[in-house]
Amino acid sequence: MDDKWRNLRLGLGALGLILVVVGAWMGLFWAPADREMGDVYRIIYTHVPAMWMTLIGGFINFVACVAYLIRASWKADSLAEASAEVGLMFGVYGLVLGMLWGKPTWGVYWDWDPRLTSMAVLLVAYMGYMTLRRFIEDPEKRAVWSAVVGIIAFMDIPIVWFSVRWWRSLHQEQSTPQTVHPDMTLALRVNAFALLFVFLAFLWSRYRIAMANRKEELALPEALGEPTAAAG
Amino acid sequence: MNAPGLLRTTWILLRKDLLLEWRTRARLNALIFFALATLLLFSFALGPDTTLLARHGGGYLWLALLFASVLSLGESFRVEQENLCLDGLRLSPTDPQAIFLSKALGNALLLVFLGLTLLPVMIAIYGIELKMGLAPLLGILTLGCTALSAPGVVYSAIANHARAKDVLLPLLLFPLVIPALLAAVKATTLVLQGDPMAQLGSWVGLLSAFNLIYWGLGLVLFPRVIED
Repeated sequence: MDDKWRNLRLGLGALGLILVVVGAWMGLFWAPADREMGDVYRIIYTHVPAMWMTLIGGFINFVACVAYLIRASWKADSLAEASAEVGLMFGVYGLVLGMLWGKPTWGVYWDWDPRLTSMAVLLVAYMGYMTLRRFIEDPEKRAVWSAVVGIIAFMDIPIVWFSVRWWRSLHQEQSTPQTVHPDMTLALRVNAFALLFVFLAFLWSRYRIAMANRKEELALPEALGEPTAAAG
Repeated sequence: MNAPGLLRTTWILLRKDLLLEWRTRARLNALIFFALATLLLFSFALGPDTTLLARHGGGYLWLALLFASVLSLGESFRVEQENLCLDGLRLSPTDPQAIFLSKALGNALLLVFLGLTLLPVMIAIYGIELKMGLAPLLGILTLGCTALSAPGVVYSAIANHARAKDVLLPLLLFPLVIPALLAAVKATTLVLQGDPMAQLGSWVGLLSAFNLIYWGLGLVLFPRVIED
């Protein structure tokens, strides 16, 4: 396959990894400890950006699904597959980190707090989406149906959010850059960009794999239908 | 096709589905006994504490309805697959939106009927009371069942053509309907036990918004699901 962007993609990944190391150092040693939580809070430097990446992944998936239904293209379908999977990966990572943070802070791993619960529902919905993709062989049907499911699942996020918030609330009030130490903001931003570059590098690679899969699936029936020149 | 045509087609299709259902009554009977068994199992799982059962009665009712809805939804497209009925319908030609509306309405009707059948049983074995009377409960039952049916019909049409469809439908549907389930359970519990804090309105609002969004999405997306 023609791969003129290989260096850019590798560069993006490398930049992301370097920033992850810098960000980890900033989060662990450079940023000041929290007044109330002490060092426990430091997990937010990777937990919060990971959750942001999950939401970005969900949003890209939604856009790709809408784009596919408007105008069918394998690029949109592959992007939808890639964004769902990479977003799901960051989501599981972020959710586990959130639970690790919850134990010393709330005293329990799991509490039915709106953000945690909405995220868990979101992840289960995207697991369903990925499962659906595995269970349909016909690539065109798979693309249309998973696009429909992707749109329906994305529209559910705000409703889940409101319903669980009314149901129960415990999570931290969101902090804004005005309420925290400026060093904390900078450390969080470095980590956010680090994970963003890693996310983009993963997304791009996963997209290429998905495109290669589509090409293989579409070529296969013809290859089986008539003997190739080499065989004859 | 314009709006009156759509409604008429929906009515004709709905009548066809209900007639099929009435002639065999197989699906309805199966659903009723399945849901009754579920209700009984909940009481066994929790022990014979009537106050506990009565307090959580709303939750059990909706779980029984949710589980039954998976059977009902799966069946509504399995019927159309026999002898390629769905292809016949589309070629006749029928507006796909009418197919969606009739299937979703049919399923909602069946579930409301099922809920009404379960109610006396719950009064008997759980000891629930209707503090606010039957009318608001009927309203919530209707809203909740339509909320399960609209996305359920879209997913059922998809799952019916995939491998492992029995696993796929609940896997897709359950996480999606969590907000509807939450709102329906809360609203039902308030109707059963009284609503001193006047919270009922916001839950009914949420349920209505869920309905509005998914009936709208269903109308737009369902034609793409069954196109060939």
